[in-house]
Amino acid sequence: MASIFEFANPKRFMNLSGAVLPWLAVVCVLSLGAGLYLGFTAPPDYQQGDTVKIMFIHVPAAWVAMMCYGLMAVASLLGLVNRHPLADVAAKTAAPLGAVFTALALITGSLWGKPMWGAYWVWDARLTSFLLLLFLYLGYIALWNAIEDETRAARAAAILALVGVVNLPIIEFSVDWWNTLHQGESIIRSGGPLIAGVFLWPLGLMAVGYTTLFFTLWMIRIRTEIIERRIRALQLGIA
Amino acid sequence: MTLRSILAENLSCIRGGRLVFRDVGFRVEAGQALSLEGPNGAGKSSLLRMIAGFLAPAAGSILLKRDETEIFDGEERGNFIGWLGHHDAAKPQLSPRETLRFFAELYGATGDVDAALDEAGLRRARDLPCQYLSAGQKKRLSLARLKLGNRPLWLLDEPLAALDIAGKTLAAQFIRSHCASGGIAIAATHEALGIDSVRLALA
Amino acid sequence: MNPFSAVLFRDMRLATRAGGSAALALAFFAAVATLVPLGVGSDLHLLSRIAGGVLWIAAVLAALLSLDRLFQSDFEDGSLDLIALSPLPLESMSFAKIAAHWLTTGLPLTLLSPLLGVLFGLPPAGYAPLVLSLAIGTPAVSAIGAIGAALTLSIRRGGLILPFIVLPLLAPAVIFGSGAVLGVLDGLSNGAFWLLGAFSLVAVLLAPFACAAAVRLNLAG
Repeated sequence: MASIFEFANPKRFMNLSGAVLPWLAVVCVLSLGAGLYLGFTAPPDYQQGDTVKIMFIHVPAAWVAMMCYGLMAVASLLGLVNRHPLADVAAKTAAPLGAVFTALALITGSLWGKPMWGAYWVWDARLTSFLLLLFLYLGYIALWNAIEDETRAARAAAILALVGVVNLPIIEFSVDWWNTLHQGESIIRSGGPLIAGVFLWPLGLMAVGYTTLFFTLWMIRIRTEIIERRIRALQLGIA
Repeated sequence: MTLRSILAENLSCIRGGRLVFRDVGFRVEAGQALSLEGPNGAGKSSLLRMIAGFLAPAAGSILLKRDETEIFDGEERGNFIGWLGHHDAAKPQLSPRETLRFFAELYGATGDVDAALDEAGLRRARDLPCQYLSAGQKKRLSLARLKLGNRPLWLLDEPLAALDIAGKTLAAQFIRSHCASGGIAIAATHEALGIDSVRLALA
Repeated sequence: MNPFSAVLFRDMRLATRAGGSAALALAFFAAVATLVPLGVGSDLHLLSRIAGGVLWIAAVLAALLSLDRLFQSDFEDGSLDLIALSPLPLESMSFAKIAAHWLTTGLPLTLLSPLLGVLFGLPPAGYAPLVLSLAIGTPAVSAIGAIGAALTLSIRRGGLILPFIVLPLLAPAVIFGSGAVLGVLDGLSNGAFWLLGAFSLVAVLLAPFACAAAVRLNLAG
């Protein structure tokens, strides 16, 4: 009985990730805790008041959402070129995380928008491009699920991710362009020009917290997927 | 274009994480036919797709030799292959004549389209849209296309399926004359081909 | 005839024969455009403002509708195997298919659009930019849509998943295309035609490679 595991040995990854995971989780909890504490005790902004504190949970989510697509594209490229199943698994498991962080950025963004614009949704350039990013993630996940053969699904999804990563800057640009065409005004800028030192610390800590949270969850998902595939391979061996 | 031989060694096939076959090898010389035998799921079609270069073997190699120095193992393999698959590649809206003319242009084949249709027994149906053709007639169209393509290595997936007795005789005759003129044929089949062939059994 | 034009003309013939996708796409285009005033009301002032955007969206949807079988029917009936073994590289084959799709869908939609512009009360100045933007932009729709069609060619309900994965990728075409019409109507020179042209060019040049890669992985089936 053979399976993909005869040709790629994920054992090293399992050992390595098993050792790193607890440390990553500790850093994540500490920085999220400290970041939230500093964020909530920070003084209100002279313009936006306490609303500005949404920034601490919105901006890092947006950052992780974009980073995740980049990582997914890198993993896809490695999967296509090197035919390494671990890269396929990494790309596959990153997508739902990316979708969740994108959704988080959208929700916190619209919560931020309500007091600013008086509406939960305005066609702000940033929010609009994140909505499109969410669709890119969901399309990627849908394609994965629609193709039964695992190897084929991985390759097809990888091509889609690469097309997406080429297109993403163009989409961002076009949405920005569209926004100025229709005279919109963007309030949410990542960071923004008026970041005082008191905001910088919690923002930085939250960025570290979100990033480590993402990597922790990603690693757990990759490990789970590897174990699931191993079980399936064993079951096929018995059948 | 001619081929002297095809040599396959230690081929393994893995589909969907499952081992289909391993350590399969054969050697076929110009003028010979090889029939692949074995139960459903033994990997006959997969082996044909592997020889055609669609499917990468999990292990092993396939070499096409034109002579001792000219050996092909990559994508250029496709240029030697005449393919008769499970499906007939007949568009319901197009007639056999239009279908064959398209493939002749695609392959740069110089043979006479109408003559090939006549030979396959499709003279009367040649201008009828393919949706009105029977399964056997579509198979005859595939045979005509194979002949017209004039490639040295024929890969045939169930070439006799759906054919009537006259059709089976015709197919056997096509394969026989292909081999007689120095061609190679590899056929996956459940029934006797009706020609002398080397046998390879996949378990 | 060379292999490239053989594929081009065969696909065009299939699209324009009875039951082909060309006429259906045109009818769909007109039907969607007719539905919009029924939904938003018959205020010609409003309609003339949104004409460019609505016709662009209708054109994209109509093009996508006819795209899902672009590779799938050739995959299902074994034609793709035979094409892959021909001297024509899969990249060229994909380019021929994109070209055939555009000639039988994008181009007719472009030519029909002024008529629908009349129904929307498009101001006289809007016709030239509408036709020009569709002429420049619909090749990108065919090209990017073809990538989606190639990726979903083995999926039975591929027609449902195709628009989902392709539409976000087409956002720039819709934005620049309708922006071009609006720009002319508002007397702005916003460079939309250039941006649209650049997007289209990149899409048409890169799509055949993505299509060929997608076809190749499916041939292993």
